[in-house]
Formats: sequence, C-alpha cells, structure tokens
Amino acid sequence: MAVDDVTITEVKLGGRRGGPDVPTLRTDKWWKLPLTTVVVLSAFVVYATWAAFLGTSNFFYEAHNLLSPFYSPCFGHICQTNNVTSSPFLDWWKFSPALIILVFPLGFRMTCYYYRKAYYRSFWRSPVACAVQDAHTKYTGETKAPLIIQNIHRYFFYFGLVFNVLLTVDAVQAFIWPGGGVHMSIGTLVLCLNASLLWLYSLSCHACRHMCGGQVRNFSQHPIRHKLWKFVTPLNAKHMQFAWMSLVVVALTDVYVRLVASGTITDLKIF
Amino acid sequence: MTDLTMRIWRGDENGGELVDYTIESQENEVVLDVIHRLQATQIPDLACRWNCKAGKCGSCSAEINGMPRLMCMTRMDQLPQGPVTITPMRTFPIIRDLVTDVSFNYEMAKRVPAFNPPPMPEGGYRMQQIDVERGQEFRKCIECFMCQNVCHVIRDHEENKVNYAGPRFFIRYAELEMHPLDTNDRRELVREKMGLGLCNITKCCTEVCPEHIKITDNAIIPLKERAVDAHYDPVAWLGRKITGRKKRTADEAAADRP
Repeated sequence: MAVDDVTITEVKLGGRRGGPDVPTLRTDKWWKLPLTTVVVLSAFVVYATWAAFLGTSNFFYEAHNLLSPFYSPCFGHICQTNNVTSSPFLDWWKFSPALIILVFPLGFRMTCYYYRKAYYRSFWRSPVACAVQDAHTKYTGETKAPLIIQNIHRYFFYFGLVFNVLLTVDAVQAFIWPGGGVHMSIGTLVLCLNASLLWLYSLSCHACRHMCGGQVRNFSQHPIRHKLWKFVTPLNAKHMQFAWMSLVVVALTDVYVRLVASGTITDLKIF
Repeated sequence: MTDLTMRIWRGDENGGELVDYTIESQENEVVLDVIHRLQATQIPDLACRWNCKAGKCGSCSAEINGMPRLMCMTRMDQLPQGPVTITPMRTFPIIRDLVTDVSFNYEMAKRVPAFNPPPMPEGGYRMQQIDVERGQEFRKCIECFMCQNVCHVIRDHEENKVNYAGPRFFIRYAELEMHPLDTNDRRELVREKMGLGLCNITKCCTEVCPEHIKITDNAIIPLKERAVDAHYDPVAWLGRKITGRKKRTADEAAADRP
C-alpha cells in the first residue's frame, strides 16, 4: 500500500460551533497543575544554570569521594583545580564542564514525551489544560522546524544511558574513600538514590519501551522482546513520577554535595 | 429535596445562548436523567442524543461544566455545588441544542486503509493469544468522539481538520499496525496525510476517554516511534547515504513481515 493509493475523502470545514464563545467553561482549578509545573521547572532551570555557569567550586567532596552529577564525567581545567580525577578527554576545556555535560540530559528531558506534555501545556499554553482554548491562533505541532527535532528523542535516550552508567560508577566509587576501605555515608546513599531514579526514568521512557518490543508486529514470534516489553511497560506507566522524582533528586544531590564540600553541613558516616 | 440549576445551551446554526432551568434534585441521578426529566416537564423541544444509558453507545457526549463527559455516566452528586453547565461538543458544527454534526469522524474513518491479511493459508489463519490481547484495549472504543472533541489540534484550529485523523483514528491505525496478520504499512500515511506530527501529546484524549484507553501511551506514541523508525531515524539515514541504498518502500517493508 502506497500513501498515494489512499483515498482522501473530503472534509467539510466551517459551520457554527455550539456553546458560548469563551475560552473555557471549566469551573475546577485547572490552572493549578500547569502553574506548579512552571514553578518547579523554572526553579530547576535557574538552579541548573547557576550550577553550570557559576558553581564551579564545591562540586566535589574529596574526603568522601562525592561528585556532583552536574559535573560528571569531570574534565578540563576546573576539575584539575578541584582535585577531581578528570578524564583526558577535552582536558584543554577552560570553562565549566557542566556546560557540555548538561546538554545531553537536557536534550533527553526536553524531547521526552512526558516533559513535552508538561511544557507544551504550562509554558506554551497549547493548550494550558484540557478543554481550555489554545493560546495560539496558528498551530503546526511537531510537523515543522524547530519542533520536528523532537523525533530524535531516542538518540538522547542512548546518551542518557551513558550518563546513567557514569553516575552509577560515581555512586559505587563513593563507597571507596581516599583514606582506604569501604565506607558509607548519607552522601553515598544520596548518590545511589540519584543513579537509581535516573535509571528508572530512562527505562520507563516511551522510546525504550518501543525499542524493547513495542516496534514488533508479532509478539509471539519475538518472545524475548515481548518479555522486555512486559518488563518496561509497568515502569512506563510511572514515567511521569520518575521524571519528576529524578529531576528533583538530581538537583538536590548537587545541593547536598555543595553543602558538604563547602563545610556547611557534615556528611554523616554510617560505617 | 433541593433545587438544581441546569444551565443548558439552547440554539442552532443561527446562534444560541445558555438558559437556566430549575428543577428539583433527586437521589442517585446522572446528568442524562435530569435532562430527561427536564424534557418531560419543561422543555420538550430540547434536542439531545442518547441511547443505552450505560456508557456503552457513546451517544450522549456533551461538555459538563466545560469538560467533555458522557451525560449518562456523570453522577449529579459528584458535581460541585452550583449551576451545572451543559453545552454541546465544541469541536463539531452544531445541529441543535446538545446535538452536533460528527460527520468529520466518519470521513476520517473512510480514509483508514482496510485490514489487509495475506492469502488464507491451508488450515486458516492462526493468531497467538498474546497477539490477540495487544489490540483488545483499542477495541473498547465506543466512538463517543470525546477524544476528538477535546483535541486542541482541531478544537481550536479548524483548518487542521483537513489532514488530521485525530486520537480515535490513531488508535485504529495503531491497532492495525500492531496486527500480526495485516500486511499494510501505514507509517508514512499517518505521518504525511493523517497529521500524526500535529499531535503534541498533551494527553487530553486519554484524560476524557470513558473507556480508559491509554490513547497517548499505547497508540499515539507507539505510532510516533514507528514514524521515527521509518522516516526520522538519523542512523538509518546516514546508513542510506553511505551505502547508497534507497529507503524501503512500504510494500517492501510489508513483504518482510513474518
């Protein structure tokens, strides 16, 4: 079947719509959710921008091997001056490594199907809530540039997996302190929680579900992919929750490391 | 018993207005019951579609306090205090009062290429239960068209109706795309001609579905990902550039299917 073989039947446009010409007749507090989204996402963007551009010290607590997720993998001059084991990759980089690192998680979240819903509703108001009038008179959705770029979400997903591995390695390394031996502190647990939530967010992604098995037409002939699909489908149902939890926890992890590294609080040792 | 105020839109293609009607409340009623009592006692000329009164025919779709809902499944005691506003579905042209012309949906239904199985093998077609189960969710659709109504792509942008199938038909396309015996490849069709890219996944269709079909997660997003497989995958694009291979046609892709 070719696209041109399909009969495109005629649709009659126009005709008066029923109901009063008002933006919405909803009487509930439909604005609460988009407002909350604007507040939380804006707070994260402001904090991440500060952390990436200006927070170029106190992102590493050497005594307990705690590295902020915004600065992992660490590379360039700033890491060398903060005594972080830095990657030889891009060792000439003079600016904050977070400027490069954050591109990938940011791209993953910006093209994420859940976040698309969240920011199209709350920031772009297209529409701000169901059955509330779209704020724009013209609408082309994701058919044209720049929004057509949303279709590369799966490639940011792959990059996201690389970062998950790196942050998992950081969490494991946080058990091994420079003085020797295996130890655990609140900071170690924070890094573990952060890595776990990022894994859950990535594995619950719609693109992941598609590539695990959603793309096959015939589950019975692909039993392993069907099993993978069945594993990620319940996670996918919680994608929104994982998206918010991982976003908040990644910022709080950075805050925690900075507070400990600056000596504001003490990272309590568990063993 | 207290009095209820029912604020109902009355009018036709020449215009209309919201009119308040007062009626005594009764226990355990749904909105459609009150509409019927109003028809019986005060406004016999009120136009309203209904049929099964059990949430299975999809006839009594309307907007109750601004949200698309089935009148027969909306309990009066679960609505907030104050006047109850009932208006027709906003996306479709009005015929009269609460009745709209939903023929847009029938035109979109005609565009869906029919199920196209391979020639019947000896012993008949065989399908495994896991393949049967996958499409069951989509077959729960009662065609109330509330998902079409709430979708801002056509609700607020009339011009998009020309090339936008809408959530109800995206689940039909998804069901066929996931059918192991169907040989058509509809991925380019939904991308090019059925406006899949117009959907910005705001999930209102899922929110209003009375059958709780996960329209966005289980139909629209899988279709979008299939369109990425066929059209936007940059690795596949690079591979085609390097090897000089052309993109497979829909027929070739269909022929490769098990």
